[in-house]
Amino acid sequence: MKRTTFYSIHKNLNAKLVEFAGYEMPVQYSSIIAEHKAVRQSVGVFDVSHMGEVFVRGEKAFDFVQEITINDVEKLFPGRVQYSAMCYEDGGIVDDLLVYCISEKEYLLVINASNIEKDFAWMQKNNSFDVELINASDEYSLLAVQGPNSKKIIEKLYGKELTLEYYHFLQDKMLDVEMIISRTGYTGELGYELYFKGDEQVATKIWNALFEAGKEFDIQPVGLGARDSLRLEMGYCLYGNDIDQTTNPLEAGLSWITRLSKSHFIGKEALLLAKQNGLKRKLTPLVIEERAFPRHGYTVVFKSKEIGSVTSGTVSPILEKGIALAYLSTETLKETKEVQMLIRGREISAQVGRLPFISK
Amino acid sequence: MNIPQALKYTKEHEWISVNGNIATVGITDYAQGELGDVVFVDIDPNLQEVKQHSNFGTIEAVKTVSELYAPCSGKVLEINKMLTDTPETVNIDPYGEGWMIKIEITNPAELSELLDDAAYSQLIGE
Repeated sequence: MKRTTFYSIHKNLNAKLVEFAGYEMPVQYSSIIAEHKAVRQSVGVFDVSHMGEVFVRGEKAFDFVQEITINDVEKLFPGRVQYSAMCYEDGGIVDDLLVYCISEKEYLLVINASNIEKDFAWMQKNNSFDVELINASDEYSLLAVQGPNSKKIIEKLYGKELTLEYYHFLQDKMLDVEMIISRTGYTGELGYELYFKGDEQVATKIWNALFEAGKEFDIQPVGLGARDSLRLEMGYCLYGNDIDQTTNPLEAGLSWITRLSKSHFIGKEALLLAKQNGLKRKLTPLVIEERAFPRHGYTVVFKSKEIGSVTSGTVSPILEKGIALAYLSTETLKETKEVQMLIRGREISAQVGRLPFISK
Repeated sequence: MNIPQALKYTKEHEWISVNGNIATVGITDYAQGELGDVVFVDIDPNLQEVKQHSNFGTIEAVKTVSELYAPCSGKVLEINKMLTDTPETVNIDPYGEGWMIKIEITNPAELSELLDDAAYSQLIGE
């Protein structure tokens, strides 16, 4: 199993470590609920170094990224980040990703850890633009610093005021380490992500500096468990659960990143057709008022007929209710706002909710 | 890891304390640690009787869900109502306030197959 540069730190903090995408990663340090609340109320730090980083370089880097991603790269300029996805010809999703525009001839694509090999092969296969593709995933450490107090901490380390807008980034030295500082994250909170190279010593220096600067805000290390509940409270999709090769971005609620007006991209024809034919199902937020908690795979029924299944489910630490995402037929959704979920043989009432689950 | 000497254990990580013919049952410190934040202890309030090894409820944590198994057969005397509103008690005090049910033991012979603290600690690799 692979380990990130923060492995010893996790060990020393007594984190519960689990295998995730081939990495030994912390799922929780103290308690998922406490870590979740730390991010919502103050600030938390996630080691997400397992994520993949692919650099695209060349004269036609723009054209390449425009062709393999569904969002409009035309909207980007140096220092701007974009949430996007790659699709297959049939409209199924290869992966969701972040596109960083370093220059018109250089982009950084940040992809899911579990998809690195598959994505990189897909990029190589579709490289008809003669761009250079560099998989730098193993070289980069990545920390996400998330929460309302994150800015103050990053500014302390940076030594300057940070004026970064949402989904913008800069490249500069922080604590003498060359870094991409990006105002991104997957929690719904004000937050930053720090990309940097270097060994365990460099990583430890950054980690310790963050925790020293964050002491006054009771900064907490946060594991993958809370990362999942935080993203689900916002209704953000997780690849492998809510989206995969069998789902298209339109039914997943990602039409806002699907630029069908672009002259071309892989999957465009299939997605146009899907839109014309009308979507058969939609990723739908569900809320359970009773004390019963939805889990991945649970069946959703209406009038005792199966109409879908839960792709992500948890108890929301903020709402203290069960929240879930499930693909439900659009026919049923026209008819009702209340469905049932089969939980241990009982039909539990679930309300069709709105995203995000929590009000921000 | 806290594994009290006075208790008996099951392979499914329940503990049982026996006082005369009354057994008190909960889950072990190890089990609560593995589960993480407990958010719901689901035991049928009308549960009258349990059989040894039978499922008597479900425990929901943020990340996972796990079944509860009776360490012995008997009549259910009491279900811990406190856990309805404060399920996290199971995390905080698994051997005390976090108990789950009290059973009137009908077949004391069944107790012989339970694990003692040494056997349980071996089971969890302590």
